Amino acid sequence: MVLRRTIRLAVWALVMLGGLAMLVPFLWMVLTSLRTDQEAFAIPPKLLTSPQWHNWADAWHVAPFGRFFFNSAFVSTCVTMGSLLFNSMAAYGFAKHRFKGRDAVFAGLLVTLMIPFQVTMIPSFLLLKSLAWLDSYPGLIVPGLATAFGVFFLRQAMIGIPDDYLDAARLDGAGEFAIYWSVALPLVKPSVATLAVFTFLGSWNDFLGPLIVVKSDEMRTLPLAISALSAGHYVASWPLLMAGASFVIIPVLIVYLLAQRYFVEGIALGGLKG
Amino acid sequence: MLLVGIFVAIPAVWGIGLSFFQFDAIAPPKFLGTSNYQRLLQDPMVALTLKNTAIYVALTLPLGLGLALAIALAIHAKWFLGSGTARALYFLPNVTSLAAVAFVWQWLLNPDYGLANAALKAAHLPILGWLSDPKLAMPSIAGISIWQGLGFTVLIYLSGLRSISEEVYEAARIDGASAWPTFRHITWPLLTPTTMFLTIMGVIGGFQVFQSVFIMTGGGPLDATRVFLFYLWQTAFQGLELGYASALAVILFIIVMALTLAQWVFYGRRLQQWS
Repeated sequence: MVLRRTIRLAVWALVMLGGLAMLVPFLWMVLTSLRTDQEAFAIPPKLLTSPQWHNWADAWHVAPFGRFFFNSAFVSTCVTMGSLLFNSMAAYGFAKHRFKGRDAVFAGLLVTLMIPFQVTMIPSFLLLKSLAWLDSYPGLIVPGLATAFGVFFLRQAMIGIPDDYLDAARLDGAGEFAIYWSVALPLVKPSVATLAVFTFLGSWNDFLGPLIVVKSDEMRTLPLAISALSAGHYVASWPLLMAGASFVIIPVLIVYLLAQRYFVEGIALGGLKG
Repeated sequence: MLLVGIFVAIPAVWGIGLSFFQFDAIAPPKFLGTSNYQRLLQDPMVALTLKNTAIYVALTLPLGLGLALAIALAIHAKWFLGSGTARALYFLPNVTSLAAVAFVWQWLLNPDYGLANAALKAAHLPILGWLSDPKLAMPSIAGISIWQGLGFTVLIYLSGLRSISEEVYEAARIDGASAWPTFRHITWPLLTPTTMFLTIMGVIGGFQVFQSVFIMTGGGPLDATRVFLFYLWQTAFQGLELGYASALAVILFIIVMALTLAQWVFYGRRLQQWS
């Protein structure tokens, strides 16, 4: 009994310590960002005695971080709102309407789920190029608007809505769009929220997509700003570089800590379905 | 729907078509027949980058799944205090941009001033060229992927564990089964669908490794971390050989599909055996 308790305590401590160890890179990033250049190079590292808060302000100005932030926020917001709208409308159609060839079209949609981005990357690039959308907001936003996964995920949620609800609304004289908007959509709110969180995050962190679209400095999103930082485009001071990395990482961590439930439950529910 | 068509289906077909041409995005495409594919078979870089990708998958998959399963089993236990906190901690790196964390890791693994080597020095161990040693660079890249993906795998295993009914364990307890046989003969087989999902996702994800290589090593040292997608990207967007790169993309797709199907068949058999 005592032995079992000791083992349990050891396992518990190990798992918890491991969990805390996951945070070490982030803590080190913030610590480095608050040091002077000399302190950053000290081996063994010293305690942080006088945090250089001005590093963050300095880093904000070495590169147009305000612009990068705006780009990322604007693109991710448009992608999330737009894709939720398109995907939920398509999902409603697939879930609650019988039309000719529906199942065939839906099967086709599922097939596209299996095509990874790399396969379509080059033609997408050429398509955006011929539309003259390279290095522009439409080029960053439009390809992310409709995703087979989003349609599939919301359709699975909407198929559970009893037809009676919709018929009742229909009897009350509601139009099809009104039924979709004020009956079907509110009923799948949790799924929409989950999808919203993951779409936003996916767009915010996307790297390869913006990499092939963006050419100029002003159109960079935050992950591309990181790649420019790491290539030494702006500054060579590790504290400032780590401050730059903090700009990208910390907002996401704050959102995560606030909305942790949506992330964790979303994976548990949506992950296996995906 | 239309958008999915425009940005997924049509490009996919277009991509396959393009793979039969020579095309640099400026001059009109020139039809080559199958010669892109013939070239691909003889391209030593294709073999090398596929091998590197396979090494990456072989490093990340067993280690990542094993570690995650162990953690999930501990967190799932009734006596585990603070399981919500543990889940949240492990999942945390998963929400951050891989490009950004790869950059942070580059600093941690800095040979002269990084935290990793400072720790080794403090323990009087020889310091390591984490990203500069050709033998160590790929394990370092793989380690970062495991670190970032661990929480996701833990969550999936936890939901798998939760779906196993309590009665099964009750029966085992009555039969006097101890911890290891219970795991070996009940938990592990019943987790097969979860493990299948994770290995399939892991292989697909493994063939998509790109950002960490792009940020941290650029494919070096000595091509040790030049993975397939990175080679594809270089061919397309640095070498501007869009036709040949399309052929590479088609091959990538075929390989991933074949591996996915193989896993379906493999696990399908195992599932039948046990049911």
